[in-house]
Amino acid sequence: MKTDPLGVLTGEHYLDGDYACGEGAMAAGCRFVAGYPITPSTEVVERISQRFPMIGGTFIQMEDELASMAAIVGASWTGVKSMTVTSGPGFSLMMENIGLAAMMETPCVVVNVQRGGPSTGLPTMVGQADMMQARWGSHGDYEIIALCPESPQEAFDLMTDAFNLAEEYRTPVLFMMDECVGHMTEKVVIPDPDKIDIVPRKLTRAKPEEYKPYLVNGNMIPEFARAGDGYKFHTTGLTHDEKGYPVMSEECQAVLVKRLVDKIRLNADEIAKYKEDGVDGADVVLVTYGITARVARMGIDLARKKGVKVGVIRLQIVWPFPEKRIRELAGKIKAFVVPEINYGQIVLEVERCAAGKVPAILVSHMGGGVHNPEDIRDAILEAAK
Amino acid sequence: MVLSGHIIGHACAINAGMHATMIQSFGPEARGSACSTTLVVSDTEVLYPYIQRPDIFVVMSSEGYNQYRDELKDDGILIYEKDLVHPKLKKGQASYGITSTRIAESLGRKIVQNIVMLGFFGSVTKIAPREALREAVLSSVPAGTEELNLKAFDAGCEYFDKEFGDAAKGKSGKKVKAGT
Amino acid sequence: MSKVIERTIDATEHPISPYIRMDRMPHIWCPTCGIGTVVKCYATALDESGIDINKVSIVSGIGCTGRTAGYMNLDGFHTTHGRAVPFATGLKLGRPELLVTVFSGDGDLVGIGGNHFIHAARRNIDLLVILINNFIYGMTGGQNAPTTPITAKTSTMPFGNFERPFNIPHLAASCGASYVARYTSLHVRRMTKAFKEALSRKGFRFIEIVTPCSTLYARLNKLGTGLNLINYYEKSSEIRNGVDTRDIDISFQDKIICGKFIDEERPTFLDMMHDHYKRTLGDRYVPMSNEGGMIRE
Repeated sequence: MKTDPLGVLTGEHYLDGDYACGEGAMAAGCRFVAGYPITPSTEVVERISQRFPMIGGTFIQMEDELASMAAIVGASWTGVKSMTVTSGPGFSLMMENIGLAAMMETPCVVVNVQRGGPSTGLPTMVGQADMMQARWGSHGDYEIIALCPESPQEAFDLMTDAFNLAEEYRTPVLFMMDECVGHMTEKVVIPDPDKIDIVPRKLTRAKPEEYKPYLVNGNMIPEFARAGDGYKFHTTGLTHDEKGYPVMSEECQAVLVKRLVDKIRLNADEIAKYKEDGVDGADVVLVTYGITARVARMGIDLARKKGVKVGVIRLQIVWPFPEKRIRELAGKIKAFVVPEINYGQIVLEVERCAAGKVPAILVSHMGGGVHNPEDIRDAILEAAK
Repeated sequence: MVLSGHIIGHACAINAGMHATMIQSFGPEARGSACSTTLVVSDTEVLYPYIQRPDIFVVMSSEGYNQYRDELKDDGILIYEKDLVHPKLKKGQASYGITSTRIAESLGRKIVQNIVMLGFFGSVTKIAPREALREAVLSSVPAGTEELNLKAFDAGCEYFDKEFGDAAKGKSGKKVKAGT
Repeated sequence: MSKVIERTIDATEHPISPYIRMDRMPHIWCPTCGIGTVVKCYATALDESGIDINKVSIVSGIGCTGRTAGYMNLDGFHTTHGRAVPFATGLKLGRPELLVTVFSGDGDLVGIGGNHFIHAARRNIDLLVILINNFIYGMTGGQNAPTTPITAKTSTMPFGNFERPFNIPHLAASCGASYVARYTSLHVRRMTKAFKEALSRKGFRFIEIVTPCSTLYARLNKLGTGLNLINYYEKSSEIRNGVDTRDIDISFQDKIICGKFIDEERPTFLDMMHDHYKRTLGDRYVPMSNEGGMIRE
């Protein structure tokens, strides 16, 4: 369906990534946000708290990130599109209820504007070191969806994808910005509301007496009933059967957890979103995301001037990882190069998919700034040898 | 300073069809002490958002000048508050001073000195058409202050016209640093 | 398979069976545990209130009391440890017409969840919070709780507790709760009446039910059987409505002061928000509808 025009500030704006992210959420139909202030993400909720009273949304500043995450999961059970926003330390606190959202199959969006870590780290400076936490941060087996914008414009655009994927797969979706994109101001074009397609909450049509909250009938995604519609359903963070009742057994665990993982893992190709440039016939392929993708393009240009055949895959969705494409390329190229603002995270995933056929070379920046394009160029030249 | 950077970026990106990427200094600096903002303006997509050596350095306090003066390119342009900053230029660097604080005071509100400076900056650099900057001022300042801010902008432009005429020319692909 | 529960009750059924997921019986609670009594009283209060139970949600955290949400035939949410109150806050704000009750144990509500409890009370979020205080962490094996009376033995204070416990009604009252009461699980009629009354009020309503764990607390402290405990409540509880909540600490095997302590109407979070935005934004204010913020096709 087309989005609710009330949330869409159509026009050309000069916005930073945080504001653009907030506008993206409102344009995508988000109407409940709970958050706790943390640099460098706070401007997202500042923007939202400024506009929500005029568009039928409710914002509440909770007492901490545990509460913020719990509140958006609760709110989502009324059918409202809900979101919270944080950075590293708060993201760590949210992990408990991200797991609850995964287990209860609750659509919601969590924005992490990444800064340098670990711990308090570099509150006002860029990092990309929460990428593996995004994938594995909460305990137990589950799969997650995570997006990475490279610009304020994309922070706006990809928010619609984030909310839509949350609905389609009934899962928490992580929006992994970085401080550089968050605090970078650029032109952002917000389209007309009739150009923005959103996925509404798909409510069950079953009769209340026949409804089972986790019955999948051969599909991967159960039908949703919202609180207050007379379904009297039960949902729990415990391992549960199709009625949503706790069942402490190996069999129930196997059925439930396998489905939680597979509903995303088996649809990875469907979910994947990346942009390729010059990959066909390339000797070296970069795998990039977030702000680093932009800086890497300078390194690529410099390497191409030296005659190296170099292509790039820029991940707009990092999780699930585009495993199939990386495996295909591994047989055709000399090496992957992975620049990232951490000491080696997504490079591990590239290496796993390359499966020993070709090396995956890390170009690390430890955080607090972005790469020197020359360092990326040098890594490409080295890899092409 | 941050507002000025925002207005210039807005003028270039929205009103003049260029690419303009602004980064503001963040942290304790944004809370009352010295602060700065950097802006990269280009005809093509800006890939690297930070600035090591700006082409243009706009400065409104001696503290800001001392902190950032060494970053200005050897052939860069310094634009400064004439009463507050006493520049020591390298050979090859050009400079343009304006008494922006006094001009703002004569308009009745010292707070608009940054907009006076903005008019002056636009005139020195020709980074965007004067009208594009003027429109950006209009869309960026708080409601009810438009008239005062436009007066301030025009005063900055007039000061340039009077003192420097057509002496300065701007180029595209500029990296601007502004500090107070 | 799920058994369909009809609202009509025949003589062979328990009077509150429409409110219970009978297909989940028997429950996990120990014989003589007080939690079942509280559930029965809450169900009776719902029934006698004539509330549309389709609009009632129940949220609980983790622990013995946490299982309550799973046994009641309402929209039920069995959430994470300590987070029932913020989860319920989101549920209420996402669809303001819902009537949301939180059932929580003492460790859940004021141990791990203490920060959420005080802030929800401060904001006067429209929630009915029922605390079942068993003086101990029951499900995990009798560890010390923030409510354990001084000198009482627990599995992590084997020589007796030396930490000062919370006086939770006082905590709730001092944070701004609009309704505060305490009873023991023996006060069936008074408790039911308090639930009914609280269901008709707005804001953060807090009712503590004292019912020491009849298995672990009783055994570790050599207090005999569940029956001995019930006799003890009978003997030592005292109703003192309106008493200053500063004076109702619970000491080991001492008097339990019960009654209704606070019943004052105060604007809720949503009342305050609506009033404020109407005043400051006028016609520009677009409140979320009472049916919630879900965008429909």
